[in-house]
Amino acid sequence: MTELFMLIAAKYNYWLYIILMMIGLYAMIAKNNLMKKLVGMNIFQTAIILFYVSIGFKHNATIPIIMGDHGHGGHGAAIHAADYINPVPHVLMLTAIVVSVATFGVAMALCVRVYQRYHTLEEDELRMRLSEK
Amino acid sequence: MELITSIKPVLAVLIPLAVIPVLVSSGGRPNVREAWAFIAGILSFTLVASMVPAVLDENRIGMTLFPIAPGADIALRVDALGMLFALVASSLYIITSMYSIGYMRGLNEHSQTRFVAFFALAISATIGAAFSANLLTLYLFYEILSLATYPLVTHHQDENSKVSGRKYLTFILGTSIGLVLPAMIWCYHATGTLEFSAAGIFESDLSTPSATVLLLMFVFGFAKAGIMPVHSWLPAAMVAPTPVSALLHAVAVVKVGVFSIVRVLTGIFGVELLSSLGLGGLVAFIASVTILVSSAIALSQDEFKRRLAYSTIGQLSYIVLGAALLSPKGMTGGILHITMHAFGKITLFFCAGAIFVATGKKYLSQMVGIGYRMPVTMTAFLIGSMSIIGLPPTGGFISKWYLVLGTLEGDQAVMLFVLLTSSLLNAAYFMPIFYKAFFCTQEEAMFERKFDEAPVMCVVPLVITALISFILFFAPQPFLNLSTLAVTGFTGG
Amino acid sequence: MIHYPAVVVIASLLGAFIAGILAWVQERYTYPAALIATGISCAAAVWDLIYVAGHGPIAYHMAGWAPPMGIEYRIDTLNAMVLVLITAIAFLNLAASWPNVKQEMPDRSPSFYVMYLLFVVGLTGVASTGDLFNLYVLIEITSLSSYTMIALGDRDRGPISALNYVFVGVIGASFYLLGVGYIYIKTGTLNMAEFAAMIPNIQDSTTILTAFILCIVGVFIKMALFPLHVWLPNAYSYAPVGFARIVAPLMTKVMVYVMVRLMITVFGLDYIFIKLHIADTIVWLGTIAILAGGVMALAQTNLKKMLAYIIVCEIGYMVGGAWLGNDSGITGAVLHILNDGIMTFALFLAVGNMVYKLDRVEIKDLKGLFAGMPWTMTGFVLAAFSIVGVPPTCGFFSKWYLILGAFEAGAWHFAAALLISSLICAVLFFKVFEVCFFESPDTHDGPGSDAHGHHTTVAIQEAPAISLAVLGIAGISLIVVGLYSKTIVVRLIWPLLNP
Repeated sequence: MTELFMLIAAKYNYWLYIILMMIGLYAMIAKNNLMKKLVGMNIFQTAIILFYVSIGFKHNATIPIIMGDHGHGGHGAAIHAADYINPVPHVLMLTAIVVSVATFGVAMALCVRVYQRYHTLEEDELRMRLSEK
Repeated sequence: MELITSIKPVLAVLIPLAVIPVLVSSGGRPNVREAWAFIAGILSFTLVASMVPAVLDENRIGMTLFPIAPGADIALRVDALGMLFALVASSLYIITSMYSIGYMRGLNEHSQTRFVAFFALAISATIGAAFSANLLTLYLFYEILSLATYPLVTHHQDENSKVSGRKYLTFILGTSIGLVLPAMIWCYHATGTLEFSAAGIFESDLSTPSATVLLLMFVFGFAKAGIMPVHSWLPAAMVAPTPVSALLHAVAVVKVGVFSIVRVLTGIFGVELLSSLGLGGLVAFIASVTILVSSAIALSQDEFKRRLAYSTIGQLSYIVLGAALLSPKGMTGGILHITMHAFGKITLFFCAGAIFVATGKKYLSQMVGIGYRMPVTMTAFLIGSMSIIGLPPTGGFISKWYLVLGTLEGDQAVMLFVLLTSSLLNAAYFMPIFYKAFFCTQEEAMFERKFDEAPVMCVVPLVITALISFILFFAPQPFLNLSTLAVTGFTGG
Repeated sequence: MIHYPAVVVIASLLGAFIAGILAWVQERYTYPAALIATGISCAAAVWDLIYVAGHGPIAYHMAGWAPPMGIEYRIDTLNAMVLVLITAIAFLNLAASWPNVKQEMPDRSPSFYVMYLLFVVGLTGVASTGDLFNLYVLIEITSLSSYTMIALGDRDRGPISALNYVFVGVIGASFYLLGVGYIYIKTGTLNMAEFAAMIPNIQDSTTILTAFILCIVGVFIKMALFPLHVWLPNAYSYAPVGFARIVAPLMTKVMVYVMVRLMITVFGLDYIFIKLHIADTIVWLGTIAILAGGVMALAQTNLKKMLAYIIVCEIGYMVGGAWLGNDSGITGAVLHILNDGIMTFALFLAVGNMVYKLDRVEIKDLKGLFAGMPWTMTGFVLAAFSIVGVPPTCGFFSKWYLILGAFEAGAWHFAAALLISSLICAVLFFKVFEVCFFESPDTHDGPGSDAHGHHTTVAIQEAPAISLAVLGIAGISLIVVGLYSKTIVVRLIWPLLNP
């Protein structure tokens, strides 16, 4: 039991991202309101971004800007990769954030169109309106 | 025996195909359109006929068109069997073209251009099937033929033809996709080739159960051959205009079916394998059942064309039976029957159509005493039906003679019995028609005793085909030689 | 250095940019700009294909940055073929759909063309990239542009369909992204080739297994594999015609390409078929997709919806074929990407022409169409036969390889599903043909009862010449591609399987 707890505690950031993801997924599936679904979608995407950010993290390391004494000229000591967090996942996430923002924007625009047409964002009402046609 | 590479078979297939755009574009001028159809037919026939001497010299003429997969190309190759069939189909196409002018114009049918165009497509596919070098190519042309004939069968575009068209497709397409295609891929999977060869493609690594299943898949899969129980599309397809029934449902389509079965028996399995596994008897049994049952059903049909259709179903199984006897004489008879039945049955269909054009009658019970009004037609009918029954002096006698010899050669007395019984049945369903047409009392006669034939374009073709049926008794050589040559090839003797 | 791989993508990207500016300045120039851009993409893709077939794969480093830092575009015969398919359809469709766009969206056509180009950028990018993360971004570019274009369609249902598509699409892409994350954790690389080299040493890792499953599930969602297909029929049938014609043939097919790429190049066939034991399950999924797609298509009364369900069915062909685990199966699947692309394109071209004239394409509205639109119907019939698998149309040949593969693998259920679906498709299309052939538009009480059917002649009302010309090209290529399928298989597909 303690072992399991230790396992969870040691990698709590990964467990958190899974929990967040499930919350997002739940909202996307179970919520009736389209806006709430969108928020769920955003939580879902954010969870993955957090996951990537965790990947790059290292204990006792700093941002990946090479410090002065290691600087140009090569007279300093060798650069230790362990001293710096991995920048690549973070860079990737800049792109992913852009993608998720864009998706969110498009989805909201679609919601606006739906609302203009039907004056509601509740899915069951929409379904009813559509079946009337 | 050598393989001559030549473009001639390809041209014979392509000419009827290439003329279609011309036919469509000259749709507004019927005479020009028909002239083109004739030219295409004659050209194609000339090409086919020009290859006869080479084939009789035991050469094969062919060409690979498109490689599809290793061992399975789209390729044409002319051998004796294919030549015989192509000769019949392409010659009858010319005669039918003439007949359909008389018929279609006589009845003032709609969409004649569409009719002529799909007719040309169908004949192109038929010649292609005859010249196929392997099972894949055969399947290709078989499918094209199925689809090309759909608009012909349903030409009237009414409810009746819709239902029949549906039945036609369900049987033909259902069996070819559901049975032939997997069987073909099975063969390819097992052997890596689909090329027809006398020795068969299996090298004795085929167990009896799988050979049986495979064989049945092919025999019932080629539903165009009308083996029972996949025969019922043929009577349904009789809603088509008569030229279609005549050329397609007495010659091209149904013969492609039996031709495919013969090809599979002799080229995929090989005579040797079939006899060693004893599977010939199975096919012969299936064919005999079809022969007897369909002849019996034909007796009770009152609609002229339906009676002919059931007769066709029976006669087709003669061919299958002949091939399944696996004895040289029997196979010769079967293959020869492709020709003899074609000329005989097309005459009968032409007669049915001529009567319909002249009088509008479709049912036999309404044709009492028609002999005095249409003596030419009914005389041709007599010759045609004699050929189907197998009476001398008509061509049908010769093929039946060989079939009978074949049963004796193979010591298969039961089959002999089947052949003779069915001949009697044939006589029983044809002769009363002729009898009623001429020998009836004044009160019974439904027509005035006045000479009033169908249009010339309808009568001339049926006279020609009847004459050919008659001549074939005295001069069966080209076809007989081709069939004996084909059988020699199959049995390797 | 050869720059053509980049030109394929960048031509459309720049084209989108220029077209966007032109939309402000001089609206009527957007269309020619879009046409030129896709034309250049297409020419470059053809050049790629010729080069790759002759000289082997091209590894193109974007902006000169070498991998693993930079993004690599890797063009081999598989994606060269897919690129030609994408760009050719994009170009031809743009030519064919001009009248439709003018009719459907008179006021919004510039934005349509800009989004269209972005969509092409996404697709070509997905097909060219050799970088796993870049693949994600490009998939999302494709999806985003398709969301907007679907919303441009049917005013009542378009936006809702698009929104449903957004939800499913995001989940799919996110799964894929998560999978890429696990790959990165384990290997520290995002380059496909580099990862593929490491695979033999880390085969037993659970991380890799997780990554693989996440990626594949993500791709399955994106390609609408049954039962993850729910978004597809609505999205495709309510989209504007000009877009339905490109998204239907390409979107799912490109995702199948991604799956094949993940299988062949990234994880490797050894890993998938020897290490993992999920192939049988996925072939079953394919089988079920084929049957379910076919059965659902039978229930449709709208032609577009029917075709959309046929796409669901065809996805089953390709997924099942690729997972059979033998060369014939994968060959069939890859060949079917090409063939299904062409035949779906031809079908939707024909449907687009019908929509242009009839506005609605409920099957019962199509009465007498053989007489009214003979050329459109000729193309439609040809494409339908290809779907059914009638030789010599190309659909037959890919089906041939697929069934052969099923036989080799002993997957009888899959072979049976393929045959049954051929029959179902035959029923589906002949149901449509019967309406078009037997019923005349004037009579509302069923087929003409006239014994000899002297029908009233229906005036020919065809679609614009340019649409017909493109349909003609598609129809001819159905047969040509079919007849030359051995060349395609030997020159383009087999080098991939046996390098």
